[in-house]
Amino acid sequence: MTDLPARLERPSALAFVVYALAIALLVWSFDGAGWSAEKLLRAPPALADFWSRAWPPSTQNLPRLGWKMVETLQIALAGAALGAVLAVPVAILAARGLIAGRVVNTLVRTVLGFLRAVPDIAWALVFVVAVGLGPFAGMLAIMVDTLGFCGRFFADDMEAVDKGPAEALTATGAGKIDVVACATIPGAMPSFISTSLYAVEKAVRSSTILGLVGAGGIGIELKVGFDLFDYPTALTVILMIAVVVIGVEQLGVWARNRIIGEQR
Amino acid sequence: MRTGVKTAPVIDISVDRLAKSYGDGPPVLADLSFKVRQGEAVALVGANGTGKSTLLRCLMGLTLPSAGSLAVLGIDPAFAGRRELRALRAQTGLVSQKHNLVPRLSVLTNVIHGILGQRGGPTVWSQTFATDAIRMRAMAALGKVGLADLADRRADRLSGGQSQRVAIARALMAGPRFLIADEPCASLDPSAEEDVMDLFFRLVREEGVTVVFTSHNISHALKYGDRVLGLARGRLQLDAAAIDLGTADLRGLYD
Ligand SMILES: Nc1ncnc2c1ncn2[C@@H]1O[C@H](COP(=O)(O)OP(=O)(O)OP(=O)(O)O)[C@@H](O)[C@H]1O
Ligand SMILES: [Mg+2]
Repeated sequence: MTDLPARLERPSALAFVVYALAIALLVWSFDGAGWSAEKLLRAPPALADFWSRAWPPSTQNLPRLGWKMVETLQIALAGAALGAVLAVPVAILAARGLIAGRVVNTLVRTVLGFLRAVPDIAWALVFVVAVGLGPFAGMLAIMVDTLGFCGRFFADDMEAVDKGPAEALTATGAGKIDVVACATIPGAMPSFISTSLYAVEKAVRSSTILGLVGAGGIGIELKVGFDLFDYPTALTVILMIAVVVIGVEQLGVWARNRIIGEQR
Repeated sequence: MRTGVKTAPVIDISVDRLAKSYGDGPPVLADLSFKVRQGEAVALVGANGTGKSTLLRCLMGLTLPSAGSLAVLGIDPAFAGRRELRALRAQTGLVSQKHNLVPRLSVLTNVIHGILGQRGGPTVWSQTFATDAIRMRAMAALGKVGLADLADRRADRLSGGQSQRVAIARALMAGPRFLIADEPCASLDPSAEEDVMDLFFRLVREEGVTVVFTSHNISHALKYGDRVLGLARGRLQLDAAAIDLGTADLRGLYD
């Protein structure tokens, strides 16, 4: 009989210290997050109270809310489309070994990282200052967020494309830009589409709350609902957002399968 | 020579004491010297890993030699500037084991891409935007490989043999003077391989193109090459006219 290895490795002294530190870190984090068992116990009655006042969701304002939801989707779609289109040239600069050198690659990737690191709601605040309240600020926020997201993933997609066709064109004397346009981008197209569909899903999710800072869309109704203690309307808004977000996700899955499933 | 006039042969490629190693690795090619005349078809044979593809990549300027000098159509790709390199590559073409077509584009668009060395820009990115003259030229190239009826088929819906023919049409599109073929038919079944090799060499001979090709099929090397270069461990072990060689002479390279 051969010896089976032990199921659990005996932790080394170092591992032990790491575990202890990890636990301490967690405890410290819960403390910082204001963990309170007492508040937690008080929450269910408060929630039940909210629920009793919110139920049934209001149907009174449905047409207005519906139009707000349409505006939300418009913000998401316009912003995501613009961001994805702008992301293509940016990603070409960010992708290693395409047309730009290492320094430019790193620089562009750093900027894209910054665009992603700033939360979309913060971009919305910035654009409200820049272009005023309303959906246009929201669209710009979504655009910047999508640019950061798609720029990075488009670049990764292009780096992962089979290099064979590009090399064959290079060997006939094609210039770098022609090679990218003729071999790299067509090769990466299924990934681009998949990434863009995901960006649209993400944009719809973001655009539903941009209204909280006055950047258009249905979020404003949520804020007003809570501010005026109009809980039935707030509940309607929450349910509408859930339905739309789930619907868009399902649509994304379907479209992805439809568009690229057969080509893979 | 196709001219029929007795003049000194034009040398298309000359390789002098070429050596190559990747990074700090062992030498892949060492002390290689040979010349290729215009219009000649040279078979490069040798065991796996002896550096055949590496040599071809050096000739195209796709990788840099570590020592020695090269002249391909009068240009050393290792020292050529970007412009010069493009000018050289515009006269050359590459056909490899993997046909390397762009999968999602049409056959016609793939063939049109063969002209990118001569002219770039959006009008040759897709057959949709190409001029009639270019589209007709591409159709003619497709006709030569017998696939004119598949012009609007997507490249990833072709069989291996068809793909390889399209790759040949793409390489011929630019009217190259020198073609490199790295195991052009290795992924095809034996009868398709024979067909495509016949077609390829008929076309390049018609157009007087200089060819350097590799093959693991000894009888192909002898049948299609005017001359055979044998590599073993990165060194030239054999350089002889194909008619003077028998398969037994080449077997020794694989020991
Ligand atoms: N990019 C690379 N980096 C490092 N080593 C490489 C690289 N390309 C090839 N080599 C090495 O160089 C040697 C020669 O490879 P090469 O592909 O030229 O051989 P080959 O004669 O074409 O072989 P095959 O008949 O299998 O195609 C091999 O040992 C290979 O591992
Ligand atoms: Mg090889």
